[in-house]
Amino acid sequence: MSTVEPTVARPVPELAETTQQIPQPTERLAQPQPHRLPLPVPGRHRAAPAPEVRRDTRSIRRADIVALLGALVAAAALTGVLFDQIAPFSGVVGFIAIAYPLFLAIYALLVSLEENALTVRDKLVSALVHSVAVLAVGALIVIISYPVVEGWPALAHLNFFTEDMADAGTLDPLEFGGILHAIVGTLEQISIALVITVPLGLATAVFLNETRGAFTRLVRTVVEAMTALPSIVAGLFIYASLILLLGFQRSGFAAGAAISIMMLPIMIRAADVVLRLVPSSLREASLALGAGQLRTVWHVVLPTARSGLTTSVLLATARGVGETSPVLIAAGFTPYLNANPFVDAQVSLPLATYQMVASSEETMQTRAFGAASVLILLVLILFVLARVLGGREAGALSAGQQRRRAKASARDRERFIAATGHSASPPPAQPLAGPPLTDPQQGVQL
Amino acid sequence: MTQLMSAPDPVVAGPPDAPRRRVSPSGGMDRVFRAVLRGAGLTVLALMVTVGVFLLIRGLSAFSVAGFGFFTTETWQPDSKNFGIAAVLVGTLLIASVALVVAFPLALGMALYISEYAPRRIKRALTSMIDLMAAVPSVVYGLFGSTLLQWQGTDIPRWLSIQFGWIPFLSVPEADPDNPLSPNGVYMTSTFWAGLVVGFMIMPFICSVMRESFTQAPQGEREGAYALGSTRWGMIRSVVLPFGRSGMIGGTMLGLGRALGETIAVAMIISPVFVIQPHILGSGANSVSALIAQQWGSASPFGLGALMAAGLALFTLTLVVNFAASAVIARSRSGQGSDA
Repeated sequence: MSTVEPTVARPVPELAETTQQIPQPTERLAQPQPHRLPLPVPGRHRAAPAPEVRRDTRSIRRADIVALLGALVAAAALTGVLFDQIAPFSGVVGFIAIAYPLFLAIYALLVSLEENALTVRDKLVSALVHSVAVLAVGALIVIISYPVVEGWPALAHLNFFTEDMADAGTLDPLEFGGILHAIVGTLEQISIALVITVPLGLATAVFLNETRGAFTRLVRTVVEAMTALPSIVAGLFIYASLILLLGFQRSGFAAGAAISIMMLPIMIRAADVVLRLVPSSLREASLALGAGQLRTVWHVVLPTARSGLTTSVLLATARGVGETSPVLIAAGFTPYLNANPFVDAQVSLPLATYQMVASSEETMQTRAFGAASVLILLVLILFVLARVLGGREAGALSAGQQRRRAKASARDRERFIAATGHSASPPPAQPLAGPPLTDPQQGVQL
Repeated sequence: MTQLMSAPDPVVAGPPDAPRRRVSPSGGMDRVFRAVLRGAGLTVLALMVTVGVFLLIRGLSAFSVAGFGFFTTETWQPDSKNFGIAAVLVGTLLIASVALVVAFPLALGMALYISEYAPRRIKRALTSMIDLMAAVPSVVYGLFGSTLLQWQGTDIPRWLSIQFGWIPFLSVPEADPDNPLSPNGVYMTSTFWAGLVVGFMIMPFICSVMRESFTQAPQGEREGAYALGSTRWGMIRSVVLPFGRSGMIGGTMLGLGRALGETIAVAMIISPVFVIQPHILGSGANSVSALIAQQWGSASPFGLGALMAAGLALFTLTLVVNFAASAVIARSRSGQGSDA
């Protein structure tokens, strides 16, 4: 706590500059916030002394921008000179590697002309943090777009999506062969993995939230530790158990099982977090109305957390779709279309990419990039779906859901009236504004 | 929710307070429901525990043949009973260290940017982007590293090895610095490139843990720092970083666990060697998971057992790192109730 750096002791010229930027502070004091108090003050309509100048509260000043741009230009120019004269480097990477430290140095120099050391340090850190952000975003864009650019020749052929590699050798042009076998394999394997993961993961997440005790804590700890289970170890496990012990074949089913071992901890963790966000007041209200634990979970907890649960499933799926090594170990590689996930090797998109890029033929490499692009597209779709469906807080409803809820409770009310034979004690003459209180899920709206 | 309001002073003298008998909450349906839930929890627990058990059973034959030499032998020739994980284990640790050196500053900067610097309206988008970066398949990272990065960026290891070659592990003995036309191959397929790409892969995981602990830094303390006249960096240094220190350590260890287990991207970039390769910039590297991925197709039944044993070693290593990470995060001030 002792490291707070006071900036009060600024040099005098800096202070003078600052006061110039804040126009007439005394005037503001004389007129205390007129626009925030819209009270009918009688003296309000007197001739205003002077139109108030809005204070500039931006933290960026023109000098900052000029210093930044100047440092950028100077660094680029200086690096250009260095490249011409000394040239220990070549290429874009080398240019950036030299220009960036130069930029930092020049920027620090420029700032230090007018500011004190504290400000220089602040600005330098700010520049560093911003450039890291730019680097990370840029890296993501490059990593995602690179396979698409490289694989475009393959993607442009329709047969790439409708044929397998049965009739196409490594030397054949892109007019022959495709990755249909890998697409089919990926879809089947992820479906198998989902069939295993979703019920088991959901039940376990509910278990973690609905029960207390040492056993629950143990399960939670183990699941948390397993989120970073190396995917190849999951593959090894399935090989040792399903294939060696239980006598299954190396097949798409085994790969799906291995993928589900990978996905389970990821999904349980995400779903657990979402379920924890369900307000306990809802749960308690439901219990107080006489519902049992099963009914409370089924009718209150799960619907309230639905959007978050969808997100957890989709994110786990996005992770599972891209797993290579479990498929490598549990299913094996084949160039043929195999639609039966229980018999024989079945390849998936990431595994096909891994195998094809190892080839020295350029067409095969292009196919690998094409397969990677399809995989990226799949992950992107899953991801966007997860964000669209899961964007809301636990229990927050869309307009359509609100309407359906209101209708359902109106129906409930009719039913109650019909059953008891008389209307509720204060008869609501007008249609209920908003969902009535009989709906246990409405507490979220508070 | 378990907090009870302090009972008011009893006004009416009634019968003395005694613990109420708990009415069992519900009937048969709920008992079945809880049994099902417990069954699911047990299944998941059993699955996770049997992972270790199965690897142990299958790897035992290899362990018994190799003995303690399993940890000291560098070569991998299981069929002539001469194998060990010394080289690949050291390679794994080296790759993970390079990855951490790359990922830590990136993750720290990105987490600070999202929690402290970014305009409010792009924060959510940036968080989603980091999540997306974590969801990009490793084979795509591998493609990026093996076919683009290490070809375009050869100058970086060359320059590093020439300037800092006096540091032992940064030298490249095979390279000839006086020959400007020397082949670039000696700087490729190295620990450095594998670590760099793995670093990009684990960065989002570290970043999201860090960001979470940074954003929980109490507003009052931040404003206090500002009120004392600190700059933004001063505030970060005195409030945000100390508050999020356990998150930083724990997140980094989680990233380490992930880096140790990374398979496909590493297997795509490196060219495998079976000696301890201390020159991280020079060609040739290896890791446990890459060893398994590459040897799997051609392994004999005994070789499979040996690979299982290697997998068990990797599994144990990541598990230890992970447990330590969760413990660090859970004990921190910022980690209470965080999902990290």
